[in-house]
Amino acid sequence: MTSELDIFVGNTTLIDEDVYRLWLDGYSVTDAVALRVRSGILEQTGATAAVLQSDTMDHYRTFHMLERLLHAPPKLLHQLIFQIPPSRQALLIERYYAFDEAFVREVLGKKLSKGTKKDLDDISTKTGITLKSCRRQFDNFKRVFKVVEEMRGSLVDNIQQHFLLSDRLARDYAAIVFFANNRFETGKKKLQYLSFGDFAFCAELMIQNWTLGAVGEAPTVPDSQMDDMDMDLDKEFLQDLKELKVLVADKDLLDLHKSLVCTALRGKLGVFSEMEANFKNLSRGLVNVAAKLTHNKDVRDLFVDLVEKFVEPCRSDHWPLSDVRFFLSQYAASVHSLDGFRHQTLWDRYMGTLRGCLLRLYHD
Amino acid sequence: MPGKLKVKIVAGRHLPVMDRASDLTDAFVEVKFGNTTFKTDVYLKSLNPQWNSEWFKFEVDDEDLQDEPLQITVLDHDTYSANDAIGKVYIDIDPLLYSEAATVISGWFPIYDTIHGIRGEINVVVKVDLFNDLNRFRQSSCGVKFFCTTSIPKCYRAVIIHGFVEELVVNEDPEYQWIDRIRTPRASNEARQRLISLMSGELQRKIGLKVLEMRGNAVVGYLQCFDLEGESGLVVRAIGTACTLDKLSSPAAFLPACNSPSKEMKESPLVHPPSHGCRSTHNSPIHTATGSRLTQNFSVSVPTLIYTGMGSGSAGKEGGPFKALLRQQTQSALEQRGGSPHRFCRRREFPFFTLTAFPPGFLVHVGGVVSARSVKLLDRIHNPAFVGIMGNTRSYKLLDWNSFNSDEPETRDAWWAEIRQEIKSHAKALGCHAVVGYSESTSICEEVCILSASGTAAVLNPRFLQDGTVEGCLEQRLEENLPTRCGFCHIPYDELNMPFPAHLTYCYNCRKQKVPDVLFTTIDLPTDATVIGKGCLIQARLCRLKKKAQAEANATAISNLLPFMEYEVHTQLMNKLKLKGMNALFGLRIQITVGENMLMGLASATGVYLAALPTPGGIQIAGKTPNDGSYEQHISHMQKKINDTIAKNKELYEINPPEISEEIIGSPIPEPRQRSRLLRSQSESSDEVTELDLSHGKKDAFVLEIDDTDAMEDVHSLLTDVPPPSGFYSCNTEIMPGINNWTSEIQMFTSVRVIRLSSLNLTNQALNKNFNDLCENLLKSLYFKLRSMIPCCLCHVNFTVSLPEDELIQVTVTAVAITFDKNQALQTTKTHVEKSLQRASTDNEELLQFPLELCSDSLPSHPLPPAKEHLESASSNSGIPAAQRATSVDYSSFADRCSSWIELIKLKAQTIRRGSIKTTVTVEKASPVGDGNFRNRPAPPCANSTVGVVKMTPLSFIPGAKITKYLGIINMFFIRETTSLREEGGVSGFLHAFIAEVFAMVRAHVAALGGNAVVSYIMKQCVFMENPNKNQAQCLINVSGDAVVFVRESDLEVVSTQQPTANCQSSGTEGEVTT
Repeated sequence: MTSELDIFVGNTTLIDEDVYRLWLDGYSVTDAVALRVRSGILEQTGATAAVLQSDTMDHYRTFHMLERLLHAPPKLLHQLIFQIPPSRQALLIERYYAFDEAFVREVLGKKLSKGTKKDLDDISTKTGITLKSCRRQFDNFKRVFKVVEEMRGSLVDNIQQHFLLSDRLARDYAAIVFFANNRFETGKKKLQYLSFGDFAFCAELMIQNWTLGAVGEAPTVPDSQMDDMDMDLDKEFLQDLKELKVLVADKDLLDLHKSLVCTALRGKLGVFSEMEANFKNLSRGLVNVAAKLTHNKDVRDLFVDLVEKFVEPCRSDHWPLSDVRFFLSQYAASVHSLDGFRHQTLWDRYMGTLRGCLLRLYHD
Repeated sequence: MPGKLKVKIVAGRHLPVMDRASDLTDAFVEVKFGNTTFKTDVYLKSLNPQWNSEWFKFEVDDEDLQDEPLQITVLDHDTYSANDAIGKVYIDIDPLLYSEAATVISGWFPIYDTIHGIRGEINVVVKVDLFNDLNRFRQSSCGVKFFCTTSIPKCYRAVIIHGFVEELVVNEDPEYQWIDRIRTPRASNEARQRLISLMSGELQRKIGLKVLEMRGNAVVGYLQCFDLEGESGLVVRAIGTACTLDKLSSPAAFLPACNSPSKEMKESPLVHPPSHGCRSTHNSPIHTATGSRLTQNFSVSVPTLIYTGMGSGSAGKEGGPFKALLRQQTQSALEQRGGSPHRFCRRREFPFFTLTAFPPGFLVHVGGVVSARSVKLLDRIHNPAFVGIMGNTRSYKLLDWNSFNSDEPETRDAWWAEIRQEIKSHAKALGCHAVVGYSESTSICEEVCILSASGTAAVLNPRFLQDGTVEGCLEQRLEENLPTRCGFCHIPYDELNMPFPAHLTYCYNCRKQKVPDVLFTTIDLPTDATVIGKGCLIQARLCRLKKKAQAEANATAISNLLPFMEYEVHTQLMNKLKLKGMNALFGLRIQITVGENMLMGLASATGVYLAALPTPGGIQIAGKTPNDGSYEQHISHMQKKINDTIAKNKELYEINPPEISEEIIGSPIPEPRQRSRLLRSQSESSDEVTELDLSHGKKDAFVLEIDDTDAMEDVHSLLTDVPPPSGFYSCNTEIMPGINNWTSEIQMFTSVRVIRLSSLNLTNQALNKNFNDLCENLLKSLYFKLRSMIPCCLCHVNFTVSLPEDELIQVTVTAVAITFDKNQALQTTKTHVEKSLQRASTDNEELLQFPLELCSDSLPSHPLPPAKEHLESASSNSGIPAAQRATSVDYSSFADRCSSWIELIKLKAQTIRRGSIKTTVTVEKASPVGDGNFRNRPAPPCANSTVGVVKMTPLSFIPGAKITKYLGIINMFFIRETTSLREEGGVSGFLHAFIAEVFAMVRAHVAALGGNAVVSYIMKQCVFMENPNKNQAQCLINVSGDAVVFVRESDLEVVSTQQPTANCQSSGTEGEVTT
């Protein structure tokens, strides 16, 4: 006796959250059944393995049919085939677009292309996430990227509108899209200590302050600017950042800046002497990062540079986070007292974001 | 020109990409009705076209309006080649033809293609302007309402129940036409779908005409079926019960299936319309007396079934002399009963009713199940002209089609008439003049067809059946004597001339009448019946191998097997019933399926313990060789196991009948055995073959002799049936006896399983085991899947077996899982009572035209004493026998009623003054949890989507809600075919998607009618054929049900004027919703 056909269709589509998770995690039906058996469900319910197998198959089939709709979540809301309560729909979408920290760290900042897709095998082996799940997550990134790529307006809003994600998840996706678009390097060894959350935090600050959208005005001549407002950094701004170079190039200015900072911080900083000794190096590092951002390659290396030029020196001198905070505030604020420096607004736009990023990046 | 049909095509969405180059579609729509076709403009390059067409107007006869479906085809425009079809929508416009139903059909319909499934949606608006036509000779029957529900629909009241209506239409199956060889599968499928749609329209119209002839205005319990006879054609047949229904102006809420509220209200203000599960209480003591007078010389009786054997092919054999004798006796008995006129018997050919639940007082006595089967050869009888040259004569057939097509319905009619005649005579043999819970079915395999009919023989209250003046009838009934709540159990036949041997005792309830020891019926449990404990689903499963044979030899073989199958199915049922410690079966449905090389029998029923019937005895096991020590040990071991199981089951189903000493009951009727023997011998000598006696009269019915392996196996199989896991109950009736606190969560589902038997082990035993496992595993799977709903009950569990191929067994189950509140049972009951009480008082107020002040005074709280009383009566369902219950006062006059009611209110007012505020509080904040749940439920996604929730249920009601309007019948037929089976996920993927699509299309149609639920939903057919080698599969599904608008109980209480929230598209429902 073999089962040829075995289906269950409810008027309200049954969604088993546990099985959904197993499916999302890319387990085969057999593996999923084994995992469910191990969870002790048979003992709890008195069911047999055959029942579990049939149940799992049913759910997998349903998910498979739903997957097509999940690729365009608004379709899930409007379709007539599956009657699913709204709360369940939201759950389906949210879980489908959720991603693994380990996975996202591997592809963050990489081009979402076929080439990267080929590397998924390695990522799967490295992270222990099934290839199937890796593919889903990668395809999700790519799909969201494709949809919002050409769109104007707020990145987060666009993502939320087209994928019906929660605010939190939409922000994460905005960061992923932003990183993928700007190809920030995140895979270097010295960046390994950083979490996705750290990068997402920085991405959000950068989107808010350094992109075209951040300026708050649409380009006056529509066809002159084909850049996406939230996804690309403001080219003009990057160009202007060269002007900051004067802060380190002009020796007087640099000394004045240093003395201002030192005066303000004397006695307040545990690592004052180290700071004093390192001030010029640190300042040079920060300003040079700004000045180099006109080149795409240097944009990509932004985080590497920040860690190399600022985080690592401070860390080697054992600066506590509070001292870093004091220093950066003072470092940024003191510029306002430099009479010869004319780019105060530019400096604020640059340093405001950078300060936030550095503080977030500064940890072990 | 009596009607104008107007159609507007608004828009489409989610269309498939038809042009690969642009990834877009140039869609336009053809709207066709009859022979007229309109087209919209082509909407270029869009997957979401906005046609916003003008109104397309069709001027048509109402006859066509009834027959024809509106056909909407969405196409992709192609400049150079033929336009590609995207898909179609068939819309049955029948619901627009009667005034009380929908006024407009408007909404998104899935665009369906028989090859690709659903491909996007289209928004359509349909309206009908009907002109009054007073032509008496018209062929249309517009205005007759159809209901699938097998009880009087909730917001109606039955004035007269006229009786049986039937009709059938025959046509050639397009799939078997010669042209099918040259046309595409799509064209063939669409021809079939269209033809069946047309035929069901015609059938419905013809039935409607019959109803009008009977002066009825509605058909209740309408059941339409298709017989796909293959080469020999396509039969669409329908049966139903013609009624005259009155719409209730203020429908009383929460009535169980069969209560016709107005009647109840009038009995006394104290009688409250019961909430779900709470049975109505109209226990007027005096009724018993007259009730007994009415049936004095004509009662005695027994359990169960008379089954008949079957004539093979030719006209059925007439009953033998014994039967004739019986009939004579019945006749004379009927005549003796002078008092009650059986007018309808005289007038109607078949006193059959497709209803399974009845207004109180309608059912007087129930005799037992009657059934008849007949084996027919399809082509031989059906087209005699072609006997001998069948096989490759398709084109030939087509030529002559019309000539024999015309007289074919008569052949089929004659077959059914024959069977119905047989059923009728069985009923008479049981001393009954009517058959209720009647249904018909067929099973076809190649050219052999088994026709089956079954029902429950019953004696009905003739008042309901009279034609006379409408209004008088119910009023009169009040004066008449109502049968007591145990009345239906009392035997309708003569004790001295029992049609079959049975064990009679005095009714355990009233002690006055005789009752059988076991009662089998095909109807739902009457709402006023007293049941002890809970019920459960009982199934008998059986397979019998049969040699492959052709034509007559085949039919004979089947005919010979059938009686044995019936007998065994019956034995199994009886044993399982005993094992459960119960004494009655309701909703019995026996399905015999014929295949190439086997016969399958599946009987499902809901077992209960009726308080009026005696406690069932246990099961005794006896061996043949008592001297063998080890054998004896084995036997006693088995016996112990059985006894344990019975004890366990009694505990599980809470069967604790009150102990009654022998003296009260009185000794059993003297010497029933002797008499039955006499009878039995008679029957044996006279009519052995056709009259199959299944009542185990000769030996003690419940001694199982295990003298061979077969019997051994039987005992084993008895014990292998596993009870559902705790928190689960199941039944195949509308509601579960003993559970009355339903909560609002329901989940309707369909589950299909097909197993392939390995041809090696094809023995009867192996087959039985396989089949048994299949059913048990299926049930287990259901319990597992629905575990999140615990505590819950699977209601209306409907199993269908088919044998699509040699070694394949297909089982299809449709049921609904309903949650109930276990912990707050008492609380909820109370709340329900109180709620219904409030409503009762409001309704009474309207009926009795009381001044408003009284009522408003009474609303905040409720009269305490009646609540108590009601509580008692409600709880009596689960234990207290009727005898111990307080009886309500029988008010003789209107004035009395008023004054006593006023007194009640005063009493209540006093109670409040005394400070029992607790009660008041509980009334107002009745089960805050439940209400909260409703409100916390995620709001219907109106805000961000246009899809409203549509509930589906095979039951006639929706728990926790009130049906405010019936929008019309849903009767849909779909074919789906694929030539890429593997790509669609194999057979399971294919069928899973198809069933989901069918649900979607049903929901869309209901939503477009302005409804938010389908009740009495049934999947009548699910024919699945596969050819994995060719990567092909085909499936046909036929579903039906009643589209309704319902309002949540909680919504009703909060804002009585609110719209049904679950439905965003209901535009024409305002005003109906309010109470």
